[in-house]
Amino acid sequence: MAKLQSHAVKLITEIVERYKDEETPLMMILEAIQSEYGYIPLEVQELVSKLTGIPVAEIYGVVTFYSFFSLTPKGKYVIGVCLGTACYVKGSQSVMDKFSEVLKIKPGETTEDGLFTLDALRCIGACGIAPAISINGKVYPKMEAKKVISLVEEYRALAAKEAQ
Amino acid sequence: MEKILTEEQLGKKIEHCSSCLEKKFSGQDGKKHLVVCGGTGCLSSNSGEILEKLEALIKEKHLEEKATVNRVGCFGFCSQGPFVKVFPEDRLYRAVKVSDVERIIQEDVIEGKCIEDLLYVDPATKQKVERQDDINFYKKQKRIALNGCSMINPEELEEAFGFGAFKGLTRALHMSQQEVVDEILKSGLRGRGGAGFPTGRKWQFALNQVNDDKYVICNGDEGDPGAFMDRSILEGNPVGVIEGMMIAGYAIGAKNGYFYVRAEYPIAVKRLRLAIKELEEVGLLGDHILGTNFSFRCHIRLGAGAFVCGEETALINSIEGKRGMPRPRPPFPAIKGLWQKPSIINNVETLASVSWIMREGAEKFASIGTQGSKGTKVFALGGKVNNVGLVEVPMGTTLRELIFDIGGGIPNGKKFKAIQTGGPSGGCLTEKDLDAEIDFDTLIARGSMMGSGGAIVMDEDNCMVDVAKFYMEFIVDESCGKCSPCRIGTKRMLEILTKICNGKGEEKDLDELKELAEITKTNSLCALGQTAANPILSTMKNFPEEYLAHVKDHKCPAGVCKAMLHYEINPEKCKKCSLCARNCPVQAISGVVGKEPFHIDQSKCVKCGLCMSNCHFGAVEKK
Repeated sequence: MAKLQSHAVKLITEIVERYKDEETPLMMILEAIQSEYGYIPLEVQELVSKLTGIPVAEIYGVVTFYSFFSLTPKGKYVIGVCLGTACYVKGSQSVMDKFSEVLKIKPGETTEDGLFTLDALRCIGACGIAPAISINGKVYPKMEAKKVISLVEEYRALAAKEAQ
Repeated sequence: MEKILTEEQLGKKIEHCSSCLEKKFSGQDGKKHLVVCGGTGCLSSNSGEILEKLEALIKEKHLEEKATVNRVGCFGFCSQGPFVKVFPEDRLYRAVKVSDVERIIQEDVIEGKCIEDLLYVDPATKQKVERQDDINFYKKQKRIALNGCSMINPEELEEAFGFGAFKGLTRALHMSQQEVVDEILKSGLRGRGGAGFPTGRKWQFALNQVNDDKYVICNGDEGDPGAFMDRSILEGNPVGVIEGMMIAGYAIGAKNGYFYVRAEYPIAVKRLRLAIKELEEVGLLGDHILGTNFSFRCHIRLGAGAFVCGEETALINSIEGKRGMPRPRPPFPAIKGLWQKPSIINNVETLASVSWIMREGAEKFASIGTQGSKGTKVFALGGKVNNVGLVEVPMGTTLRELIFDIGGGIPNGKKFKAIQTGGPSGGCLTEKDLDAEIDFDTLIARGSMMGSGGAIVMDEDNCMVDVAKFYMEFIVDESCGKCSPCRIGTKRMLEILTKICNGKGEEKDLDELKELAEITKTNSLCALGQTAANPILSTMKNFPEEYLAHVKDHKCPAGVCKAMLHYEINPEKCKKCSLCARNCPVQAISGVVGKEPFHIDQSKCVKCGLCMSNCHFGAVEKK
């Protein structure tokens, strides 16, 4: 079992402490870890178990049940393609296929350089502007397969700029 | 803001805010009042920047005495956004771009002119329409649950007061708990989340329980892919929903309320959080509200991407930090719910209606709608329809009015084929159902259901077997796995549907599908499994010939199922330009530019359809 670095231990302890007054706070703790630490690997689950007294089997059960929780790190940019009904009938599958082709990953996977994760979403409630996608929460309306390449390039450039 | 600790203070506040808002809308203060849509749809099309630029220009040109700007909630007409509306003219500009802002300030605010090219154009008459109320999309609508959305700033408590917030709660606090429950019973309100259970009866069960700890839960886990009314209500008027929850809390004797909202809705969560914080600060949430014995607190819990958590007992398990799996009922949540205490679970739209009912009176609500379903219902009209968006109509409106009058009909002159209501639990309705009055009971009688209000229109280009497969994929993903008929049955159904769509179906597959559908329906614990097969059963019933074409002739009449179609180039129409060949990703097309018509090698073709969409002459045909 890999050991957690001290800053991770500090962050997780702080998160668990944050919700100590809430009744049954496990979901809140896991949500905060997912968003602040990025993923919830086994060693983090063990630490949460130690701090809360909830058996690690139960925590693992919860983490693997909900699609928002991830056992592996996600990419810098998480691209979510909405495959809800309204988007699907307007052709969002072809948008998904194009992202898959351009990024060379399947839905649920992350690119080797750690830049992009491709996710299938089930309705983000943006049906009026279907087909919609979201990148790190920012919603892009009326997406088309032919816009995919330039959008990916835009984010690659952004990442390159930030790396400088 | 100062504390509001007595009814008198609240009354004064409401009066003051109402007159402020009234002045803004009527132009009595001599100013133009511009509102910009701040719903998710419009924000994704830069309405945030439009708002900032309007504010900046007003400041720069010293127009503070001539105009004010505000951000409001969803207009509902998302396909035409972003919107900027001008009061007092009630003038609606649509599809506004950041580059249009300068003109709005110069031509409208300064010169007082209407900017014609930003107005909505009626697709049928080609006429420009200036006022929002004159647009066909809005004409037949009546806003109760969406009341306030697109009028007030959801991030400012005073605007909510100006629009009548807390009048309903004040009235409730003068009544006994039983009287409040009776008022809701009298209104005929039925739960807007799907099943349509009478809200007042649910409350009565919880009120009858003797317990110091009871809970109100607001179900904001809007999972139906294609419905977004709960998001828009929470984003557009969060205070209205909180007030509804407080009224419910007072009625059943609860001191705490939990909002369970999807994590996919960050803007809704942010505004809800802000509204709760402000209400706590002024003393309208907390102990001894308005000097009475009623104390109430609101809490927010987020969903984490599980459709089944929309089921009330699964939702409770999720709040309790467990896997979101349903529990057997009885005991019903009203007896043993959250942390084993009496709890009621009401949907967002229901609670928004509750505050309206308490403010305006049960009779007024009951005077709208049909015999069995009172009030209004919000539909998320989407798919192949001209006017996509959120519409709130009185119960009893016909599907024809919804799709053709409000929705403006089917785009590109295509033919209406079906409308799917109730999402993955519902079914499709066809031509023969168009004149049925929509309410909870008629939809069920016709083989579909109201559900949360998703209404997806399909045209002749949609394959109904493919649609059934789409919903089954969704259910297979979302089944929690507790009951084997749902966990395994749905997977087997999906396999059969996939086989049919791949052109390998046989007639006996249809019998097997029906049998599996019945077994899953009768042997699952919760509504997810019980209704999982509805899309299959309803498409099989309404479109038997389409299923038969797939399994007997191995043809997809709508031309959707790739395995059963192929593309051909009509040599007589081909202009030999080579555009198709250049766009083909697998080099399956050959020919000689200007000399020989092009031709598709079927053994190489991957049926992506790029040749067809690129050809300017309609020479590529799908067969």
